Amino acid sequence: MALALGSRKAAATAPTALPVPPALRRKRRREAARTLAFLSPWLIGFGVFFAYPLLSTVYFSFMKYDGFRPPVFTGLRNWTYVFTDYPFFWEGLRNTLWLVVVMVTLRVVFGLGIGLLVTKIRSGLGFFRTAFYLPYLAPPVAATIAFAFLLNPGTGPVDHYLGKLGLPQPGWFNDPNWSKPALTMLAVWGIGDLMVIFMAALLDVPTEQYEAAELDGAGPWQRFRYVTFPNISPIVMFAVVTGVIQTMQYYTQAIVAGQVASGIIGGSGEQFEPGYPNGSTWTLPQMVYNLGFQRFDTGSACVVALILFAISMAFTSLLLRRKSGFMSVED
Amino acid sequence: MPSTRTSGRTRRLAAAVSLSATVALLAGACTGTDSTGGSDDSAGGKDVTITFWHGWSQDNETGAINANIANFEKLHPNIHVKVVANISDDKSEQALRAGGPDAPDVVSSFTTDNVGKFCDSKVWTDLTPFLKKDGIDPAATFPAPMLKYSQFQGDQCSLPLEGDAYGLYYNKTAFAAAGITAPPKTLSEFDADAVKLTIPKGDGFQQLGFLPNYHGYESAPSHYLSQWGATYFGPDGRSNIATDPSVTAMLTWQKNLINQLGGFDKLEKFRTSFGDEFSAKNPFETGQLAMAIDGEWRTASIADDKATLDWATAPFPVPDALASTYGRGYQTGTIVGIAQGSTKQAAAWELVKYLTTDTDAVVSFANAIHNVPSTIAALNSPKLDADPNFKTFLDIARDPNSTTTPASINGGAYQVSLQNLGYDVESGKQTDLAAGLAATAKEIDAAVNQAK
Repeated sequence: MALALGSRKAAATAPTALPVPPALRRKRRREAARTLAFLSPWLIGFGVFFAYPLLSTVYFSFMKYDGFRPPVFTGLRNWTYVFTDYPFFWEGLRNTLWLVVVMVTLRVVFGLGIGLLVTKIRSGLGFFRTAFYLPYLAPPVAATIAFAFLLNPGTGPVDHYLGKLGLPQPGWFNDPNWSKPALTMLAVWGIGDLMVIFMAALLDVPTEQYEAAELDGAGPWQRFRYVTFPNISPIVMFAVVTGVIQTMQYYTQAIVAGQVASGIIGGSGEQFEPGYPNGSTWTLPQMVYNLGFQRFDTGSACVVALILFAISMAFTSLLLRRKSGFMSVED
Repeated sequence: MPSTRTSGRTRRLAAAVSLSATVALLAGACTGTDSTGGSDDSAGGKDVTITFWHGWSQDNETGAINANIANFEKLHPNIHVKVVANISDDKSEQALRAGGPDAPDVVSSFTTDNVGKFCDSKVWTDLTPFLKKDGIDPAATFPAPMLKYSQFQGDQCSLPLEGDAYGLYYNKTAFAAAGITAPPKTLSEFDADAVKLTIPKGDGFQQLGFLPNYHGYESAPSHYLSQWGATYFGPDGRSNIATDPSVTAMLTWQKNLINQLGGFDKLEKFRTSFGDEFSAKNPFETGQLAMAIDGEWRTASIADDKATLDWATAPFPVPDALASTYGRGYQTGTIVGIAQGSTKQAAAWELVKYLTTDTDAVVSFANAIHNVPSTIAALNSPKLDADPNFKTFLDIARDPNSTTTPASINGGAYQVSLQNLGYDVESGKQTDLAAGLAATAKEIDAAVNQAK
């Protein structure tokens, strides 16, 4: 009986049991429509440019699809091919991870260093800011070609002057041991974007905190460690996460440097192979191009794209889980 | 509340169906090649406009193709041709995938390696019925290597539209200075001449006899392998590079020549001092190389660049054991076909037929762009450019032993695999040639299987 009463009471008090007046229902519907209308630009953009491509990439990764004929389901065949038979995958993965670790670290360190330097300069500030920022504006293809000529081991001025100084003359983009460091140099040269971000963050650190630290006898390193870094750590975090994502998508500079240094234009009977020299500049995005457009294997290209997505997500999640270590003092 | 649950389930089902339909619709949109193919009424005199996409971009090239198109339109007043120049394979593939009225009807490509995909996917239509209808015997019309690179497994989805042949360029002044009186015919003569022509300077060279490295512009493995007549695939469609002795012989010859000329590192360092291949800084034109393997277009480039060297051409030497095949060379070229989705295939065929089989059209275009003409009749035409250096390449194109790289279902991927092995062998990274060839053959077969 008590149970029955309780059930009735519950049923009586349940909000769904109350009839909703038609006017209120219409009002709610109008509100929902208005909300959707305001959200629609984002929803359409998200659907067309993110959700659909992502879903179709997953779909095509299980299909044999050459871009011309309708796709045919092949199960895990593309995945097996990429992991076991595609000759460049593991090399490309290693190269990409090398670039993520070395290039991102050096870009953040140098970006922060230049940012600190520029905020300390008392005269010629405008000149130095411009000088450090300008390389970032150079188009990637033009900048890479310029670097390939400067670092040409046969005719480039860099090796010429290194030789004059009695120093070793690396092969740079022509030497598998030096090609990735040369690409890293190119990336560090275009540090302007990070310099501006770090400069803005550094100028935002409250000066009272530095004054207080100085009164407490803190030296330059301690001021950086206990005042500057905690204040700018969210920006460091931002730089690292975006740097990892950008480096995972590293394509243009690697393929242009390889093509210019190899001298191979490509054509029938003579294929240009990305990754020159000796596969040392293969990156995962180049494999998407190689499989999808040079080998007409869109399914396997989708597999590599998904691996790229998964690794980017894993890196980002890992970094965000460490978020507490990067929170600013104000947080 | 059964009704609520039902309604929720219905909504979910409806959402799932809608999502599936959307995905299917959008996925289907990516595969939307119109396969209506077809006939138009051009034969009956009705006005038809077709679109022709090609990759030529230089003024002399576009001028020559436009002149041919103008002649065609005079012969076929009811067929109008809209020409779009400077089109890469990537662009035309994208357009053919999308289909529709803006897609090209007639397409050309410089990449004969892609013929396998164009034919296999049926995106370029099989021209055999058109050839039969007009009584054209391909074997009697086109040189054998050109016919080979324009078809895949019996599907003649393209026809050759001018060709390229590869031979030897040599510096006559350097030859005279080294006491060499005639171009080498066998590889042992060639190796000896290359050494004689090499003049060291410091840790580099004042003049190098020949650069055998695979990155030396046109000195690619496939270009060398034609001198052995390599076939790349066996009758079963599997890679035969591990069992074909010619591949081992070529890799061994190239590595030995590298060693004779100073070693890989020294030659690579010298290679990096070269200017662009397609410029006046080309190492043969600057005198850095006394001999080079190159295509017939270099004859025109040397004149255009006003290079001052005294030079001549000859067929590239052949292995000593195959001395009787001297005169052969590697051949490739441009191909042209008709889009499977074109609704104006009859008019498109008239244009393709004119461009590829009309002797005057083929000859005038070949003379204008300094390419090898792509029909047997045109190769024997008295109207052809009579320059003896250019004639070398016409003879190579006529030679029955000249070969090409076969079309493959996944484009030139098998050549990339072989090139990569070549790089490893020449640099000394791979010393076990048999093991390297076996692994590369396996890699090629896996890639072909993946594409099937």
